[in-house]
Order: sequence, then C-alpha cells, then structure tokens
Amino acid sequence: MILKAENISFYYDANQPFQIPDIRLDRGQQLLILGRSGSGKTTILHILAGLLQPKAGEVSIDGTSLYTLKGTQLDKFRGKNIGIIFQKPHILAPLTVEENLMLANYFAGKKTDRITSVLQELGIGHKKKSLVNNLSEGEAQRVSIARALVNEPKLILADEPTASLDDQNAEAVVKLLKDQAEKHQAALVIVTHDQRVKNHISNQITVGI
Amino acid sequence: MNLLKLSWKYLTAKPLSTGLNILLLGLGLAIITVLLLIQDQFESKMTKDAEGIDLVVGAKGSPLQLILSSIYHIDFPTGNIDMEEAKSLGKNRLVKKIIPLGLGDNYQGYRIVGTNHDYLELYKAEFAQGKPWELPFDVVLGSAVAEKMGLKLGDTFIGSHGIGSSSHDHGEHPYTVTGILAPMGNVLDKLVLTSIESVWYTHDEGEEDPGKFQAPVAKTGFPEGEDREVTSLLLQYRNPMAAVQLPRQINSRTSLQAASPSFEISRLFELLGVGVKFVQGIAIVIIIIAGLGIFIALFNSLKERKYDLAVMRTIGASSGQLFIHILLEGVILTFIGAILGILIGHLFLGILVMQNDQGAIGNLSALVFLTEELWIVVFAVFVGIVASLIPAINAYQTDIAKQLSKS
Repeated sequence: MILKAENISFYYDANQPFQIPDIRLDRGQQLLILGRSGSGKTTILHILAGLLQPKAGEVSIDGTSLYTLKGTQLDKFRGKNIGIIFQKPHILAPLTVEENLMLANYFAGKKTDRITSVLQELGIGHKKKSLVNNLSEGEAQRVSIARALVNEPKLILADEPTASLDDQNAEAVVKLLKDQAEKHQAALVIVTHDQRVKNHISNQITVGI
Repeated sequence: MNLLKLSWKYLTAKPLSTGLNILLLGLGLAIITVLLLIQDQFESKMTKDAEGIDLVVGAKGSPLQLILSSIYHIDFPTGNIDMEEAKSLGKNRLVKKIIPLGLGDNYQGYRIVGTNHDYLELYKAEFAQGKPWELPFDVVLGSAVAEKMGLKLGDTFIGSHGIGSSSHDHGEHPYTVTGILAPMGNVLDKLVLTSIESVWYTHDEGEEDPGKFQAPVAKTGFPEGEDREVTSLLLQYRNPMAAVQLPRQINSRTSLQAASPSFEISRLFELLGVGVKFVQGIAIVIIIIAGLGIFIALFNSLKERKYDLAVMRTIGASSGQLFIHILLEGVILTFIGAILGILIGHLFLGILVMQNDQGAIGNLSALVFLTEELWIVVFAVFVGIVASLIPAINAYQTDIAKQLSKS
C-alpha cells in the first residue's frame, strides 16, 4: 500500500468542518479527485503531500505515517517520496532547466543521473540549458513534471496540471503523467475540475458536492 | 547544486541591484581601508624617522613646524639661528650629541640637507654606492632621488633656492654625486645630503676665496666659520634629567626654540584625529546605507520569491535550508563588497602615493596588507548577516500550503 489516508477531517473554520473520503492506492494505481473550484480539492492534495496537517486522521505513505515526522524529517521525506505538480509550472526562474532538476536532487539528498533521461522521456531534452523564460507554457509544465519525477517518487500528486493548457497540451500532459507513473510503478493522484481529464482515469472520486 | 550556488544564482539574476549594493558597501569599506593603511604606516614611519632624536632646536615659531621641517622635511623651516648660540648649546652638559642642519634648497623638489656625518650615523645609513661627502658640493643621494632623477656617481646637478621646485637656480655651484644610499624606507630616501658648508657657499655672494672649495668639510660637530647661521639642531640627551631641564632652559633663556618630537607628533595625531574621525563617520554612514540597501533588496525580492520558497519546500528543502539560503545571499553580497572595498582602498592609496611622491605620504606603500583588513571582511559579513536576518526569518516561517493556494 503506497498511499493510505484514513478518517481525515479538516477545517479552516471550526464551524465548517469537512470529511475527506478514505483513499487507498497501491503501486501503479491512479486516482482522479474531481470537484468544483473551492470544493477543497487543493486542501486534500496539500494534506496528502504533507504540506498541511489535518485536524484528525492519518496519512501514511509506503508505511510511514506522514504527520508523525517532524520538521526537517518531513521535508526530506517529501522530497524523496512525493513528486508534486502544480497548475502553474513554478520553475525557479534564475536557474536553468537542468539546475532546477539538480536542485530537487540536492534538497531530497538524492544523487541521481536521471536528469538527462527524464528530460528526454518528456521530450524536452534539448531544453536542458534553457532558462524558464525561454520555454513555452507546455514545455514549462513538462519541466515541472520532470522535476517531480527526477527523485523517482513513490507518489505523484498533481494539482490542476492541465488547467492552463490548451486541449492538445492538456491531453499530452495527462498521458505523460499516466505513462511515467506506470513506468516507475508510482501511485498517481490528480486533483482537477477539468472535464478533459475525466476520460483518462477511471478510478474517480468527487468531493464537495 | 548546493545552497551557495543557489544563492549566487538568485543574486546574479538581479545584476543591477546586486552590483549597486556591492559597490556602495565596497566604497564605504574602501575608505576604512585607506584610513587603516595610512594610520598604520604613517604612525610607524613617523615614529621611525624620529627615533634617536630627543629634541629639535631652531628659531622661534611653531614647534610643530620645527619638527615637521627638521625631522620629516615636509614643512617650511622656522628660520635660521646664529651658529655661535648653537655652539654654546653644544657645550651644555645635558647634551650628548648635537647635529646641525642647514636647510632651504632643493633639487627638482627633493630637499637638500646640509649636515655632518653624524646625521648618516643617526639613521644608520647604508651606502649602495660611493662614500660620504668630503669636500664642499659633494652630495649623497637618497635611493629614491637617485632613481627618479637618474643620477649616477660623479654626475653633477644644480640646486635651486627654496623648498618648492619653482624658485631660482644656484647656477654657479653644481653639486657632484659622491654617494648613493641603499633604500632605507625612511625619510633619507627622498633627501639630498651634503655638508653645511655646501649650503653656505651656495648662498655666498660677491668676492669669493677659491681655496675654501678645496678644504675638507667638518665630519662632526659644527663647521668652522664666522658670522654663519644654521637652520636647526637635532639633539640627544645625556641623561633623563635633560628631558626635564633642557627644553625649559632653551625656551626661556635663549632666543631659540626647543621642541620634543614625541610630544609634537602625538599633538599632530590628535589634530589629525578629528579629521580621521569625521572621515570614519562618513564611511560608517555609507556602510549603514549599504546594509539598509541589502536589507531592502532582500526584503522586496522576498515578496516575489515567497512562491519560489514554497516550491523549494515541496521538493524537499527544510525551513532551515531556506533560512540559510537567504542569509547566504546577504553574506555573499557583503563578502564580495569587502574584497572589492579592500582592493579599491589599496588602489586608491596607490594612486594617492603616486601623485604625491615627494609629499608627506609619498613614503607609504599600497602593497602592505594588514591583519586589520581581515577584520574588515568579518565586519562586512556581520553587516550582511544583520541585513538579511529579518528576510531570512521570514523565509523560515513561510507557510507553504497557504502560499501555494494563493496562485
């Protein structure tokens, strides 16, 4: 069991608590979390990523209970085991594509030689030395996927990865995420309100109805 | 990739603001460096040049001026004194040694000092070539004079009246170089040394007795001569009692003036101290402004970078690493600023020395590095830490989830 989230509840305002459905994902399994904007999808993702402590319940990744880890331990665990992709690419602008990936290696404390091969698999091998400002929207999103994959995570979390892309790029990005997750036997969770993604992953839950 | 490189990348992504802050800090530190260098070398040179001279006696006037003109050869002499009166002072039992000086001429701005061989002995002068003067108009050159003027043994030149290089020439009596000193690192390097007789004869007018030009000059004590004058006298005390009695005796009972080098030097430093303090103050203000500049630059950039920092957290950076990342930016900035400041300081002093090679600071060297300069680096890095502390704490406290939801 790679991802197990049980009995999670959370609130920003104690009068409006919300429960999060239990999630169990095995190696290579995929899950689509659907919901309108403001339905708490991103909050769920942050809780799963170890970025936001839930008020109750337990998240465990590959047997490690996420919120029993403290401070630096949690940060390092996240860097090593969880790859996160956002709606916007958020590539660090002063660094080149390659350096962005090297930084992910550095912070996770992993030394890998996967940078070139990951970039090539995603079709942006030739952009290795480019700065983010010289990339198209689609290319930038691929770089952010490459950054999430470079540490060979067990769990890939994607928050609205297709929202700012056109149809063609959106389809390509979803396919890439699926292919890469399958290839590396990682669990994949995509949070979205984008109807275009629906047909690609059959395992779905809907929140905030 | 590591934190140092990461901070460096963020700094070079904003070259204008980074460069400006480095330059500002560098200028402030350059002023401090120049002050340190001048103070250190000036004081040690001043003390070295006055070593072995207990008292200077000359015509009444400013005691500081007397010291500056007779020991350091930078100010105008206070006037001349009667040699008979000077001689009688030499007989005083409190005086161990007395060296007369005849000043007032120059060669291309280098001062000609008429004296005796005791003066060479006082500074333990070593000869690179040749030997001390024996006859009138024999001269010994300081190493810098010989080098700058391209003079060799046996060469002749004509001195000019006055101590600037503009006044009239003494065309009738050329000097002959009989000796060149080794580089001494003191005031001798920039002097032209000769006998007192040479200085007298240069100024004699009208009928002349050609025989006197062939007579050997006095090697010690006062030369023979009637109705003659000297400019000043360098004295050594026979015993500690002399330090108490002699200056008082001279100042109150004769028409001469006695001035103690150590007292006048410390008075000079006191006077200069006010100026030094003022310049130091300006430097510190500049450094504070530079520190503020760094603080503001980091603080402002942090607003744009909160998202970057949150992303770094999601890929595994700990909050402590983000703290160091921001702190390093301040430290890198100020470290480079310190190195730049020290280099500018030395360069500036080098230019100053080159343009003033006959003046008071002409003896300083821009290539001396002091241990105090390491403290400048430490101080600068401290400024960097202080300036980046608040932004770094801010980065440390970044709430990732909140920041990421803000897009």
